[in-house]
Amino acid sequence: MSEKSNLLQGPLKVVNIGLDSFADELKSQGVEVQNVDWSPPASGDPRMAALLSKLGS
Amino acid sequence: MELIETANAETVKRMLTGDPVLIDVIPAHEAIPTLEPGMILHAGPPITWDRMCGPMRGAIQGIAVLEGWAGDLNDADAKAAAGDFAFHPNHHFDAVGPMTGMTTVSQPMLVVENRAFGNRAYCAINEGLGKVMRFGGNDTEVLDRLRWLRDDFGPSLGKAIRHLGGLPLKNIIARGLTMGDEMHQRNVACSGLTLRALAPALAETSDNTTELSKALAFIASNDQFFLNIAMAMGKSITDPARGIKGSSIVTAMSRNGTDFGVLVSGTSDQWFTAPVEMPDGLYFPGYSEADANPDMGDSAIVETIGLGGFAMGAAPAVAGFVGAGAASEAGHFTRRMGEITTDENPEWTIPAMDYLGVPTGIDIRHVVETGLAPTINTGIAHREPGIGQVGAGVVRAPMGCFRDALTAFAGTLGVA
Repeated sequence: MSEKSNLLQGPLKVVNIGLDSFADELKSQGVEVQNVDWSPPASGDPRMAALLSKLGS
Repeated sequence: MELIETANAETVKRMLTGDPVLIDVIPAHEAIPTLEPGMILHAGPPITWDRMCGPMRGAIQGIAVLEGWAGDLNDADAKAAAGDFAFHPNHHFDAVGPMTGMTTVSQPMLVVENRAFGNRAYCAINEGLGKVMRFGGNDTEVLDRLRWLRDDFGPSLGKAIRHLGGLPLKNIIARGLTMGDEMHQRNVACSGLTLRALAPALAETSDNTTELSKALAFIASNDQFFLNIAMAMGKSITDPARGIKGSSIVTAMSRNGTDFGVLVSGTSDQWFTAPVEMPDGLYFPGYSEADANPDMGDSAIVETIGLGGFAMGAAPAVAGFVGAGAASEAGHFTRRMGEITTDENPEWTIPAMDYLGVPTGIDIRHVVETGLAPTINTGIAHREPGIGQVGAGVVRAPMGCFRDALTAFAGTLGVA
């Protein structure tokens, strides 16, 4: 059995780098989750994200 | 962009190499020759009387009576509404002021000279705690204290500072950070250090023991005495960093109780504003958020140079005082501000954070990209004029002004 398959045999420990709701969903199912404080660049504003890209940030 | 990185490096270098020295106390009309009777300088970006909040109006009524421009508070209110007074931001006159930030011709102004660049900045003397004009207080007790500051304490303090040959401030800040101050809501150590430095000079230049005792007691009884010195210092440090083409570094953050305003080096004197937010804090007994006025004051100039909310890690006691959480979480605020700044100040370090330098040089690109707004420690005024301070808290700068600033800044570089 590959290591990938083994991953789902034991208890899951998850690091979430994404929306908080992903972590909340897993927690509601009893999964241990470490949630990283994350938000999309420029809070998801495409116009600001484009400007930032051009300004070298 | 290389142009921006180079410009930002120059901007922050100017801020870090500033050499602020408290050199005098002089009347505002001497400090600011263009200041005339009928002119009232206030905190924050420009604002008209009809949009001013309660405490700002209360302070204006009081200062107009103090200056003899109105017979009483009602008369002052009517004259202000009729357009008899000219309102301008302190920031347009090399000055700053806490909360309402009243500056008029006769006010005694602390003078801080940045000896690395030769510029000067000014701030009125801190009135103490309780009912004071900076929180909109305007009754007899408030006005009598301001008269004493103008006629007795201010001139005596100026004489002592001149006798001392000036008071260098960078080292006081460095020591204050090691003693639990962040220089916005906690100035206990720096006020004490300043009193230690000034007391002998006050004694040597005084010929009136009663007045000397009163002056020493006034400084000693006010834990926030140093705040106004720190603010003039901040203004003296940031002014030489203004107007550098291609720089995305913030040179001022300021609030008038209605609008929050930001100045950015690369866009020079253009204000970017958004509605101020309500501080999240703790209230004195008998008061609640329902009594609170939104965020106010030029005092965020200390956050602009890496102190206040940016140096929370140096002052765990403040985290509790302003309702920001456990003392052990104070360093978290400083680390977060490190994400929106370009540098650390190697001369102003925080022992409890392994001598981390305070985060300096707020880059509007980082603010917009991360969505992390600058954290500001602040006092909270009652929303009605004439009452005063009702609490203290933490407030975040509104993101709207940073997005607008970024758009305008990009425009200066031909980027759309």
